[in-house]
Amino acid sequence: MVDVYVNSKYVGTVDDALPFANELRDLRRQGSLSEDVNVYATAQEVHVLTDEGRARRPLIIVKQGKSLLTEKHLQQLTDGEITWHDLVRQGVIEYLDAAEEENTLVACSEADLTPEHTHLEITPGAICGITTALVPFGNYNQPSRLIIGSKNQKQALGFYAANYHLRMDMDASILHYPQFPIVRTKIHGVTGYGEHPSGQNMIVAVMCYDGYNMEDGVILNKSSVERGLARSTYFQPVSAEELRYSGGLIDEISIPDKDVKGYRSEKDYQFLEGDGLIYPEAKVSEGDVIIGRTSPPRFLSSLDEYNLSAAIRRESSISLKHGEKGVADLVVLSENEEGNKLVQVRLREERIPEIGDKFTSRHGQKGVTGILIPQQDIPFSTSGIIPDLIFTPHGISSRMTVSHLIELIGAKVGALAGRYVDGTLFEAEREEELRKELLKLGFSEDGTEVFNDGRTGKQMLARIYVGNMHYLRLRHMVANKIQSRARGPIQLLTRQPTEGKAKEGGLRLGEMEKDTLIAHGASLLLKERFDADRVVVPVCEKSGLMGYYDFRRNDRGISPLFGENSDMSDIEMSYAFKLMLDEIRTMGIYAKLNLENKY
Amino acid sequence: MKIEHEDLVRLYEDKLPALILDEIRKEVPSSISKEKLKIVLEEVYAAYTTAKINPGECVGLVSAESIGEPGTQMTLNTFHFAGVAEMNVTTGLPRIIEIFDAQKTIKTPMMEIFLNSPHNQVDTIRKFAAKIQETLLGDLVSEYSLNIFEQMLRLDFNQSLLQQHDLSVKDIVQLLKTKGKGFTLQHDDRSLTFIQKGKSEDVKDLYNLKEKLRSTKVKGIKGIKQVLPVKRENEYIVLTSGTNLRDILELPEVDYTRTTSNDLYEIFEVLGIEATRQVIINEVYKVIEAQGLNIDIRHIMLVADTMGATGVVKGITRYGVVSEKASVLARASFETPIKHLINAALEGEVDYLTSVVENVMINQPVPLGTGLPGLITKMK
Repeated sequence: MVDVYVNSKYVGTVDDALPFANELRDLRRQGSLSEDVNVYATAQEVHVLTDEGRARRPLIIVKQGKSLLTEKHLQQLTDGEITWHDLVRQGVIEYLDAAEEENTLVACSEADLTPEHTHLEITPGAICGITTALVPFGNYNQPSRLIIGSKNQKQALGFYAANYHLRMDMDASILHYPQFPIVRTKIHGVTGYGEHPSGQNMIVAVMCYDGYNMEDGVILNKSSVERGLARSTYFQPVSAEELRYSGGLIDEISIPDKDVKGYRSEKDYQFLEGDGLIYPEAKVSEGDVIIGRTSPPRFLSSLDEYNLSAAIRRESSISLKHGEKGVADLVVLSENEEGNKLVQVRLREERIPEIGDKFTSRHGQKGVTGILIPQQDIPFSTSGIIPDLIFTPHGISSRMTVSHLIELIGAKVGALAGRYVDGTLFEAEREEELRKELLKLGFSEDGTEVFNDGRTGKQMLARIYVGNMHYLRLRHMVANKIQSRARGPIQLLTRQPTEGKAKEGGLRLGEMEKDTLIAHGASLLLKERFDADRVVVPVCEKSGLMGYYDFRRNDRGISPLFGENSDMSDIEMSYAFKLMLDEIRTMGIYAKLNLENKY
Repeated sequence: MKIEHEDLVRLYEDKLPALILDEIRKEVPSSISKEKLKIVLEEVYAAYTTAKINPGECVGLVSAESIGEPGTQMTLNTFHFAGVAEMNVTTGLPRIIEIFDAQKTIKTPMMEIFLNSPHNQVDTIRKFAAKIQETLLGDLVSEYSLNIFEQMLRLDFNQSLLQQHDLSVKDIVQLLKTKGKGFTLQHDDRSLTFIQKGKSEDVKDLYNLKEKLRSTKVKGIKGIKQVLPVKRENEYIVLTSGTNLRDILELPEVDYTRTTSNDLYEIFEVLGIEATRQVIINEVYKVIEAQGLNIDIRHIMLVADTMGATGVVKGITRYGVVSEKASVLARASFETPIKHLINAALEGEVDYLTSVVENVMINQPVPLGTGLPGLITKMK
């Protein structure tokens, strides 16, 4: 007697586990049970699982060592007579969950089949997900590199949606001339990669050039970039709505009047048309108003309604933040859910690759542009090939991304022979064949070529590994991240510089950085560095408390304890310390400063 | 060195430490001429002066950074001895924290017991190890039978364990004579039986007896839970898990000059503060070496000196070294500021701003490095 559970609930017993489980499976294959049912049997119990949330995968059913998927099925599939779901319905393919897999023996390929096998993999590449299967020659790599490679591909710029010009996506980019990769996998075809490509096929040389590509840098050919290589457009929406406040007051989208509180300068509103909106194709930069808006005054009490000064509206326009620029691309006027006026403006900016932009191949070999070199200075091969991108050889040895190297040869063959090269996981074209083909095409079979330095014309000592590769431009661009500050905004409470790019903040010199200065004995440098919140406070010599100078009484120093009749000394300290003294006083502690002449 | 040259060496007594002078006396060949000895002394003096640290050098912070930065790279928290269950050693960052915080109870107390010859050889080491391992009666018993009707308790012994510990049931009977009050004791060569004298309704007596017997020490030294004889160079030593330095040092076989424990407080109680300082240095350095890191031992010496400077062990915690700081602001800047401020207010403490942290807080030059020297001029 064996217990039977349906979704982990006990329902009854049967005599034998396996025959019962097999019977259920046959019923499922015949279509009498739902395809979504899975059965798992041990010698002691049978589990029937019908609930949601189980990860399942398709496998071809095998009977007596023979795959149920026949040539006939394949022919019918190619002719479009049947579909995938027909195969599932006919009991040729079934979906297994993790539990039922325990009762199976799955063969990787048809050649491995024995009578013991119950299932056959559709393709051995099925161990990978879709993005990972996009990595060509992936089976030559460490799994960790494949994961990094597939993560990088998700960040690549490309043609993400055909209706991009109608959309208001945050932080969206379009690559100008996306290309289909020369080395492709079958998944590229299945997923329709040609409809939404990302990346371009570039000539890549694996070499160094004055160290500008050390530590995962890449060198770009400036002339290629000027011809449009990896160029993209960045879109960013800006929106504003007319909010309603209590008392029937409402925001107004318009060019603010000059008497509005917080009015900027006339120049700031120069791009606005009569309706308070920017006109399309206006070139805007930092500080320019994009949507003009005024809001009713804050804290309006009922008494003030008749007060004229209180009727002044507040400026609340949307303008470009520090360091931003662009072109107004699309202006949309509509309403939100509450029926309030909603304005959205999409800004467009052409992004030409520059130093600091991020690029990657499909093998987890990302790098940041170190320099752009004009074509005439770039090393060139004797056959006249000039690389678009120079990749560092030091990135290969420790990461062992062999697929990166094979793609380079593969795409070189593809480009020369005018065909696509298959790099599907476990089923890719063989490296030896590719090398032979390369030799036939008149190139060195190991992919290397003799190079000359573009600056001196001298032949280089080493032969350079050069070929084609599909390179992706990643969405991390310096233009969005660059930030610097010498002077700038400070925090109200501590008078120390603000933090973060959005607030034009400084870079914190923290506790441990402070320690390094002390360890060097650079005591005066440290003081100077921390002078950002320096204050000079008059301190009463008698009470040791901080006072003030009263300008109405001839700038007399006033002590909080002894009033006018006390000697005050100007003491320099950090504002943070002054704040701490204040806070200590709120604790009821009399923090007295004992003054003493320094000399 | 010739005695005649002693006068020359004496001249350097103010310039060089006695230890270095002694070393010169010992190492210099006896045939050396006076001129050459003078050159040697001058060279040593020059080397000694360059090795000295300048005034105003921030030694504490440099030590802190030198230990702290490699500390971020530490991996591997425990180390296991192959083959011995329950014998592992805390290493890595947890151990460093344990030492620097001077924690009272450490995770894996351990001893290294060195023996005098001839006890430190293969054939004798196992016997010694078995002798000191604390063995409880409960460890040897394979089965307790509690008979309530007959009011008796029978203990069956594991024969192989008995042999391993070189014990017989008779030996155990000797040990237990005083334990079984109100019971009569019978035994054969594999078991012991306690029978209650007179009638008692209470089963509790028997049960209590069982619990008492179970935790009775049969042999060994209290606290020594595990022993592991290992070869160290030419001799065999015993590593133990669990410590009892005081009792171990009293054993005649033990070489008391080299036997140590890794428990700071135990060392402090038995051997005093100087030994504790050395144990801190050794223990920390052991961890650092095991991690393959390279930290100058003088950094650790400085920390150990700081911890022992008051004559008792003080950890680098708010209760230990930090509580000794003279400056209120410095204490308040390290953990629990309000407590320190309030106590300082109650006592009317004055902060003379003589150290580093206070001066950083009020943004004044710190009295170190370029901030240390002052300029004195004569005013007319």
